[in-house]
Formats: sequence, structure tokens, C-alpha cells
Amino acid sequence: MTTLTLSHLTKHFDGARALDDVSFTVAAGERVALLGHNGAGKSTLMKIVLGLIPATAGHVEVCGAAPGSAEARRQVAYLPENVAFHPALTGLEMIRFYLRLRGESPKPAMGLLERVGLAQAATRRIGTYSKGMRQRVGLAQALIGKPRLMVLDEPTSGLDPVSRREFYAMLDQLAAEGAAILLSSHALTEVEARTDRIVILSKGQLRANDTLANLRRAAALPIRLQVTARPGAADRVAAELAAGRRNGVLVDLTCAHDDKLARLGQIAGLGALVEDVEVIPPSLEDLYSHFSSQTNAEAQS
Amino acid sequence: MKRILAATGTEFRIALRNRWVAICVAMMAVFSIVLSAMGSAPTGELGADRLSVTVASLTSLAVYLVPLIALLMSFDAVAGEVERGTLSLVLTYPVSRFELLMGKFLAHLAILALAVAVGYALAAGAAWWGDARAGRGLVALMRLFWTSLVLGAAFLAIGYALSALARRPGAAAGLAIGLWLVMIVLYDLGLLAAIVADGGGVFTTDVFPWLLIANPADAFRLYNLAASEATAAAAGLGGAASTIDPRHALASILLWPLAGLGLATLAFRRVTP
Repeated sequence: MTTLTLSHLTKHFDGARALDDVSFTVAAGERVALLGHNGAGKSTLMKIVLGLIPATAGHVEVCGAAPGSAEARRQVAYLPENVAFHPALTGLEMIRFYLRLRGESPKPAMGLLERVGLAQAATRRIGTYSKGMRQRVGLAQALIGKPRLMVLDEPTSGLDPVSRREFYAMLDQLAAEGAAILLSSHALTEVEARTDRIVILSKGQLRANDTLANLRRAAALPIRLQVTARPGAADRVAAELAAGRRNGVLVDLTCAHDDKLARLGQIAGLGALVEDVEVIPPSLEDLYSHFSSQTNAEAQS
Repeated sequence: MKRILAATGTEFRIALRNRWVAICVAMMAVFSIVLSAMGSAPTGELGADRLSVTVASLTSLAVYLVPLIALLMSFDAVAGEVERGTLSLVLTYPVSRFELLMGKFLAHLAILALAVAVGYALAAGAAWWGDARAGRGLVALMRLFWTSLVLGAAFLAIGYALSALARRPGAAAGLAIGLWLVMIVLYDLGLLAAIVADGGGVFTTDVFPWLLIANPADAFRLYNLAASEATAAAAGLGGAASTIDPRHALASILLWPLAGLGLATLAFRRVTP
């Protein structure tokens, strides 16, 4: 079931193209990462999905309704980039307010703050909070009700590694309950393990939209094989494999995706000379720069 | 309605924390006390009770102070949220812009009501204390109270419209003070100059009265002074007010808040966070 559909979405700002013919969908229970440089159009795309700004052309459907309609807003939760709140209010008051705006009882406010680990500071003014704490208030308000679509703009910025892990665990749970999740991030390594699909935007254009495994295959970037030789055998191993030696025991080589098994067979053939072998696939960073640097012609072919 | 009240509660709490409630109440209280102390001399001979005299003085005070307080509270309403970056999130909630505006409006109106009530009660108390006949002025005082709120409502709404049009708090503050100066001070001076230049011609007889009630502050003053004979006598108000039907002035002060809120809603709809 599709929760969010974008078809041929285009947005112009004073003649400049912020988004150019972008189409993709997010299904219920799916976690999609939106990647792109600053100014790639991620936040613009999110604001259109939320109905905060109108699209120049194209069609967007949010939970079966128009973006920004009362029907859509009831089912969508949003966490803006650098989320801000009134500094004079406490975290608890703020969450109670957001609960009321959703037409709900303010009672679960404390529970929500506990979920994001902010119970201790709940009655302190937000003006005294750190960036990470404000981000947690933002997360708490995004958890209100049972949103069918969550739009999260750089949700983990300002969070420490432990909080990030907790945050993604929370997202897993929400996705398992059927929420569709669209999140943008600069921290590529963390979305790598935590999302189902990756959408890459560059200069307002969609450059990639697939699972990580498929993107790896499509990009056909070289795979690194790191061979650990027995002590003293590194030079021989390097010579046998026609590869460069990195230090006393490590031998590095790269190969194309299709050559991987043949190369591994070669390494296995060296028998006792080799102690271990590590296969290192191209990282998301590599993929990302591969897809975002493609020219328009390549993207369209 | 629940959503409007949620916004009202939050806005009131913010005003309380930012000392706005205290500042407004203190401002009205101080000026009312000063006024009733100064206005205590001329009684008796005019045939007016002391409370009527006080109401006449309070009317002149309210014309300046109520719009000022209303504009000071409202100029930040939209521009401040845009600047703080809090608007984009709240607009993704299932609440309309009109509801958000009404929430702020009710909170600010409640603060204004509190400030005006405290100020007028202090002044009325002082009048009562010095004159047993003061009960005769009570109707005029009540009239002054609710019309002050309507006047405040008009300037709150205008303040929101300016705030949405300016989009930056600094610009909104400048516009608000400029508007206060034009509508409260310069408008009357301009009319006076025009009458002098006109020398009793068509402008003075046919245009001037309408221009006078078109300004909510002038309409407020006219209605309060003309509606009560005792107050009018106390204020020494003669010809100017008697040529204008108080009902027209009343219609003007009632229409302004509605027009202002309509304008503010339209301007707010055009704000993109």
C-alpha cells in the first residue's frame, strides 16, 4: 500500500529549478532515506509533501489526500531540520500543546518525553536546553498519535551515537506498525543499515531510487579485497595476486563485481600463505558520490 | 474550538513568562492612578459626579494606551514565529491558520481585559472614595470598559496583519509604532489642519464627520463621550460630537476588529514558512 506518491514533481523558485521531474513512492512500513548535498532539494521536497509550499508542477498524494489538506495533516508527522520551540515554555508544556493541537488529551505528554529520554528536563524551559535536547522534543512531538507518514528532516543531527541508535530503534518499531518513513540525512553510514531504500537527489533531480544492494550492482563500483598474509609471506602473496602490498601482512586488491568470485578462488588457491580475507563492498559514500556526480545525460539514458 | 483554546493557553503562558501580563497591567494601573489623582480637582461645578469625570479622563487615556498595548502585544505574533522557525512545524498540524490566529487573539484580549479592568477599577475606586454620587457614572464606566476591549481587539487584529505582512519582528515593530503614531496622533492633527484650511466649507460639514468615525480611536472617543451626557459635560464636549450619530461611531468600532481579523487572516495565509 502506497502512503506517499510523488509523480513528476517540479518546483521553481524565481526561475531556479529546485526540483525537476521527481517521481517516487513510499509504501506503508517502508523506511526511505533521502540523500543529497545541501541545496539538492531535500527540504523543498519535504515542504511540498507537507503542504507548506505549493509545487510548480506534478502531482503529490499523501495518505490518499492532497498535501496540506486537513485529512493529510491528521496523518503526517514532521520533524523539521533544526527544530525550534518557544524558549519560554517547558518541554512538557510544549508537548501538551502539540497533543491538544492534534485533538488529543495532553496526558501522554510525560510518557512521550520519557520515550525520548527527556523526562528529567521535562519541566525546565526549552531556552535552557541543548541542541540535542531540542531535537528530542522534536522527536517526541513527531511520535504523537499514530502517524501514517513521518517526514524527518535530518532527524539525528545533534544526537550522540547512543541516542541515534535509540532513535533508529524507535523508527524500526514505527515502521513495523505500518508507518511510512521518509528521512533525510547527511550521516550516510547510519542510514546504510537502517533504511529499506535510498533516494538520491542532486541539483533537484532524482539520480537513484533503489535498495542499497541494487544500487551497488547498478553502480558496478570496484570491490576491495583485503588479504591478510601469513607473517613474512606478504610479498609473495602480493606477487601471486598482482596486487599492491599495504604493510607487513596486508595485501589490498580491487576487482569488479563480476570478477569477485574468480579473485576469491585465486586467493583460496594460495592456501597456507593466506591467513584471512575480507570483502569490502563500496561504501554508501562511494555510491553517493557516484550517483550524485552523474551528468543529466547519463541519468536519463 | 479545542485547538483555538490550546493555542490561547500556550500564548497566555508565554505572555506570563515574558512579563507581558505584568507590564500591561502595571502600565494601565500606573496611568489610571496618576490620572485620577490629577483629575480630582474639577468636580461639583460642572454638575457631574466624580466617576463621570474619571470616565471622561480615562477615555482620553484609553485612546492612547489601549491601541499601544494591543500593538505591542501583537506585532510579534506571526513575524516572531517565522523568525524563531517555530511556524513551519505548527502549520503541519491539523489546525488552520485562522484557528492559530484566533488562539493568539483570545489570549492577548484576555491580557488586555485584565490590564484595563485593573486600571479602571483603581481609578473608579479613587472616584468612589471621594464622591458618594459616583454610582451615576457606573454605566459610563462599564461602557468604557467593553468599548476599550473592542478598540484593543481592532488594534490587535491590525497588529497581526502588520506582523504577517512584515515577516520580520523588527520591521513589524517599526510598522506598528508608525501605525500608532499615524492613527492616534497625526490623524487628528491632519483633520484639524484640513478643517482650518477648509474654513467651514463642504469638507467640514459633510466629509469630516465620516473621516472622524472611520478611525477606530476617534470613533471610540466619540461614542463614549456622546453616549453619556454627564461624561460629555465633564469632557466639555460640545458641537463636534453632537453632529455625529453615536450609532455610527459604535458601528465603526465594532466593524474594525472584524475587518482587521479578516485582513490578518488573508495576510497570514500568504506567509510561507
